[in-house]
Amino acid sequence: MSDLFGNEPWWVVILKALCVFVVLVVFTLFNIWFERRVVARMQHRVGPNVWGPFGLLQSLADGVKLALKEEIFPKHAHKVVYFVAPVIATIPAFLAWAVIPFGPEVTIPFTDTRTPLQLTDMPVAVLYILAVTSIGVYGIVLGGWASGSTYALLGGVRSSAQMISYEVAMGLSLVAVFIYAGSMSTSEIVAAQAADGWFALPLLPSFIIYMIAMVGETNRAPFDLPEAEGELVGGFHTEYSSLKFALFFLAEYINMVTVSALATTLFLGGWRAPWGISQIDGANEGYWPVLWFLGKTLLFVFLFIWLRGSLPRMRYDQFMKFGWKVLIPVSLAWIVVVCVMRRLITDGDLDPTMILIIAGVVVAALLVVQFIPERRAPEVAETEHDAFAGGFPVPPMPGREPSPSGASSSRTAEKEA
Amino acid sequence: MTAFWLLAPIMVVAALGVVLSRKAVHSALCLAVVMISLAMMYAMQDAPFLFVVQIIVYTGAIMMLFLFVLMLVGVDKTDSLVETIPGQRLAAAVVGILFGFLVVTVVAQTTVGPVIGLGDANADGNVHGLARLLFNRYVFVFEATSALLITAALGAMVLAHRERLEPKPTQRELALQRMQRYAEHGEHPGNLPTPGVYARHNAVDVPALLPDGSPAESSTSKTLRDRGVVRDGAFSGDVAVTLRKLESDGPERGVIESAPISVTGPRAPKDGAAHPADNRPAEDRPADDRPADDEVTDR
Repeated sequence: MSDLFGNEPWWVVILKALCVFVVLVVFTLFNIWFERRVVARMQHRVGPNVWGPFGLLQSLADGVKLALKEEIFPKHAHKVVYFVAPVIATIPAFLAWAVIPFGPEVTIPFTDTRTPLQLTDMPVAVLYILAVTSIGVYGIVLGGWASGSTYALLGGVRSSAQMISYEVAMGLSLVAVFIYAGSMSTSEIVAAQAADGWFALPLLPSFIIYMIAMVGETNRAPFDLPEAEGELVGGFHTEYSSLKFALFFLAEYINMVTVSALATTLFLGGWRAPWGISQIDGANEGYWPVLWFLGKTLLFVFLFIWLRGSLPRMRYDQFMKFGWKVLIPVSLAWIVVVCVMRRLITDGDLDPTMILIIAGVVVAALLVVQFIPERRAPEVAETEHDAFAGGFPVPPMPGREPSPSGASSSRTAEKEA
Repeated sequence: MTAFWLLAPIMVVAALGVVLSRKAVHSALCLAVVMISLAMMYAMQDAPFLFVVQIIVYTGAIMMLFLFVLMLVGVDKTDSLVETIPGQRLAAAVVGILFGFLVVTVVAQTTVGPVIGLGDANADGNVHGLARLLFNRYVFVFEATSALLITAALGAMVLAHRERLEPKPTQRELALQRMQRYAEHGEHPGNLPTPGVYARHNAVDVPALLPDGSPAESSTSKTLRDRGVVRDGAFSGDVAVTLRKLESDGPERGVIESAPISVTGPRAPKDGAAHPADNRPAEDRPADDRPADDEVTDR
């Protein structure tokens, strides 16, 4: 961890905080446009394309319109809590970015001051992000409660349950990274990946668990149960309008970028250039790393949009079952494996290349197994498909022909009758 | 020290709020404020790990569970102030004052010397120092505590667990049952019609119109029908009559026939979809319909 953190001149701190704020707001505007364009492309539409080049200014126009809409206080709302809730949701979303590293130490243009491209860092930076995002959920829960509406309350209750369940899985998936990096500070984790390579590869199970949990944490499709518009109208923000709704909107998009940035930092080498580019001299120096960092983050944002475009929403009980009965046990077992492996490697009893070889053999075996033709289940005796079995219309089983004889015979019989 | 004097008043006010607020959720919120402020105090004392753990565990998990339970059991009820145990208030006051006296006496007599050993304890970082203590010297205590907690959680689960006597019907079985009911009693197997689809309104208390113009009974909730608040007076077979009724400002604007809300306000609806009575702020409404509204939400 650089000694500069916490000992910088005040104007540098303010400048960096301002930059983080601007980046987040602009990124949010961009992401709304990006999401609409990508989802549109997936659905064979064009998406916003009128205002500005490629429709880039569409979200700006929408934002202004949203802010100028009429503000509504529902009759049964608890005024103070209702008013404060969107603020509670938004502020932590910004706070989390204090410890995200954008790049290495650089010189601020037009001055001689050198500073790391990260607002600050602490020995427990990753835990700090978890803590701050857990405060952000209060905004959603309280907003749902304070609206004084059943739909909103249900959304809030769902959100609190979802957040508790998936934060456990998320925290457990991070443990393996801490063990490998030997630190919980974001800048040191990035530095550790410079030496050991991206953690996404050796810690693939952790990476996958983190990616699932991050979708659950941010209430995004297919885990967007707190706002499930099919069941709960709008969930926790049903009663919100105007700027207060805009704040919830902003918080959701920032949270999405936050977890993406955290995934980049912990598993994809942070601001370090990807293999191939990193061989070029100067790729990891100056302001270039900001580009790699934003690129990798955008990759995760695209993943979010892709998931939203292709998966239907999960049922609530299945979602909970998946979190508690699959994700958490799997991550616990994986942590034990990582601990044992780590100990064996540091004691010299196990060669890291051995692990890679074993992993390769296992993957190859799995691939081979995939090519073995499945044994067909014995054919069920072909019974005539009765289109009116039991007196009500019955469709044929999947993959079976709707027997022409059964259907037509009964139909003709009806006609004759 | 500045941070302490900034945080301390907030904490005291929030702590008073925990005790004094009437709504359980407000108490919980104040408690969350106290917890977060406490976490900041830890951060001030060079204990960053304790700072984040305090927020994650207490604010993030425990308070969130509190809120969850509060919301499930109905948070709108304010606690009744009737004493259930006779003399409880007096006893509580006496014990409270005695306890306060004790605390003040003890704290007043303590002298706090300068803190020593913080540098040694945090020599290779706060987290490592804490880990060394937890997993070397106090490892047994640590494990025993976790075993105790797990036992408690398991005990609670065992106490709250209910055996299912018969297997849960699968989706397939439910679908079959539905079709069976359709075959035997002619019960419609799909969704009921939604209210107001063919009508000019989409409010829940306006029934959908069938192609012949008659209201579809099943499209409104049974509760609303039993309560007699379904609005169907606006729609007559003659479209022109319906239009006139909906768009006129006069008293013949007979949208409501059985509901207690009477429309007399001069406000004209901006579009046909919204009913003007619903747009008005609460103060504009006649006083006699407010209790009825409250009743609706309490149920």
